[in-house]
Amino acid sequence: MKSIIAQELVKTYDKGAVKALDGLSLEVEEGTVLGLLGPNGAGKTTTVRVLATLLTPDSGSATVAGIDVLKHPDEVRKIIGLSGQYAALDETLTGWDNLTMFGRLYHLNSAASKKRAEELLEKFSLTDAAKRPIRTYSGGMRRRLDLAASLIVKPKVLFLDEPTTGLDPRGRMEMWDVIDELVKGGVTLLLTTQYLEEADHLADSIAVIDTGKVIARGTADELKNQVGGERLEITVEVDQIAAATKLVELVSGTTPTVDSGIRRISAPVSNGSASLIQVLRLLDDAKIHPLDIGLKRPSLDDVFISLTGHVAEVISEEVVGGKNAAKRK
Amino acid sequence: MLQSVSDFLVITKRQLLQMIRIPEVLIFATIQPAMFVLLFRYVFGGAIDSGVDGGYVQLLMPGIFVQTVAFTLAATAVGLAADMQKGLIDRFRSLPISRSAVVIGRTVGDTLQNVVTLVVMGLVGFLVGWRPSSGPVKIFLGFLFLLAFGYSMSWIGVLIGLSVREERVAQNLVFMTVFPLTFLSNAFAPTTGMPKVLQYFAEWNPVSTMVAACRELFGTENIFGATANSWPSQNPILMSLIYMILLVAIFAPISVRKYVRVSK
Ligand SMILES: Nc1ncnc2c1ncn2[C@@H]1O[C@H](COP(=O)(O)OP(=O)(O)O)[C@@H](O)[C@H]1O
Ligand SMILES: [Mg+2]
Repeated sequence: MKSIIAQELVKTYDKGAVKALDGLSLEVEEGTVLGLLGPNGAGKTTTVRVLATLLTPDSGSATVAGIDVLKHPDEVRKIIGLSGQYAALDETLTGWDNLTMFGRLYHLNSAASKKRAEELLEKFSLTDAAKRPIRTYSGGMRRRLDLAASLIVKPKVLFLDEPTTGLDPRGRMEMWDVIDELVKGGVTLLLTTQYLEEADHLADSIAVIDTGKVIARGTADELKNQVGGERLEITVEVDQIAAATKLVELVSGTTPTVDSGIRRISAPVSNGSASLIQVLRLLDDAKIHPLDIGLKRPSLDDVFISLTGHVAEVISEEVVGGKNAAKRK
Repeated sequence: MLQSVSDFLVITKRQLLQMIRIPEVLIFATIQPAMFVLLFRYVFGGAIDSGVDGGYVQLLMPGIFVQTVAFTLAATAVGLAADMQKGLIDRFRSLPISRSAVVIGRTVGDTLQNVVTLVVMGLVGFLVGWRPSSGPVKIFLGFLFLLAFGYSMSWIGVLIGLSVREERVAQNLVFMTVFPLTFLSNAFAPTTGMPKVLQYFAEWNPVSTMVAACRELFGTENIFGATANSWPSQNPILMSLIYMILLVAIFAPISVRKYVRVSK
């Protein structure tokens, strides 16, 4: 069953001059995670706001758990949880105050809202900070409390708008763990992100959006295949670049890309591991000892560039670069 | 119905909690009007020939009370703009609560804050010679009148806060409008010195009718008004009531509508 369906959503601003959503459609299967991936200004927040009943689209329709978002927003609000792009909490109040307040607003009685606040603080490792005002919290703690607030009534469908933007790597890892756990609990999740590797890690399927439209969808693997197969990459000493390039060309049958700055030679190959073995033999014969060698599948970064013709975001590039470096070992 | 009452009470409670968690805010909100009392009493008090029993402070206190509660508009506007800016309004709007709970909770919360402020100001006023002479019932009615005026002004603040969405903009906008309004009135000095046109404006100004009404309720002759002899200056209590009803009748529905549709 589809838990979220959006059809041809259009939302314009400034009398049509800005098209935040330009016929966006998407579907999320019950109990799965959809990663809505796109750069700044792509329309992610607008999509979430429409689905969470905060914004009325100019045209189009949407249902959440089978309920029409435009016709019965009150019903939708009872079964969704929303954690927006910025932690939306009362900064002057404590974590405890915030959670019990939201509990009461979800119409739990006083005792139940306190019990739930306790459970959630425990679950998100915030018990120690419970009695401190939110303004003393770190970015990661705020996001976790914000997420906790959206889980008070165990929503059927959860919307997380850029849950890790602005967090340091540790905060991001903690957030990922928390989200992983939630997903195991069976919630249907729509998650937006600018981080390509975040969608890869957290989402079952991905919808890439740009300028208010879905421009590609599929699993991370499907998207990667869409861009092309594997690439052979080797790194050698500077004085061996020329010789090694000739060998890679011989094996791949195409002209390799050479990045002399990082001494890396790469070329697309069709029969991955066979090519790898072949090139290793040739290098060995030529007495060239590569510093690094491997097959690389295209990253979602590559996917994004090939789909949109532009780079996603400076910040996400860094992260992806770091991750690829780690993967290459 | 019961549900919506409990919803708005939760929001009001949140504001009371804020007062407890950062008492500085309330302290400053109280010190400022108390300072006004002292400044006006001792700086202008000597220069202005009041001609009423008990001196200038009898005329001054209703003026300062009204000015202070008029600024409830500011408290509401700034508070809501800050909530907008932080995305809290969005979160409230994604909850299954009644559509008016957040704004009603806010206006009631700001009015409760006024209770504290008025008590403190009244005490400071008493210390510097303010002696309302109309008996407990009328004095109580006077304070009730002030709270009601603050409450109705608060609804304008809701609309402003939700429209400007930025704390600082709200702050500037409100001060630019409310300050002139409180000075183009009979709150601190007679309107007789103003050009005729301004006199009429000053006498129709709700701040003036409120001040005149409060002077009446606290038992002081309003010798600062009534120069242009307009209807509002002769029926200040009735006119003030009409203003309050109009304010709420106009701004409450518009503000709730705004809240329902507001988008950040
Ligand atoms: N209230 C608004 N007024 C005008 N333009 C807006 C408004 N909200 C969003 N937009 C525009 O719509 C586009 C999509 O915005 P948004 O959904 O916030 O993108 P994202 O969340 O992917 O960064 C952007 O170009 C943004 O500037
Ligand atoms: Mg966004």
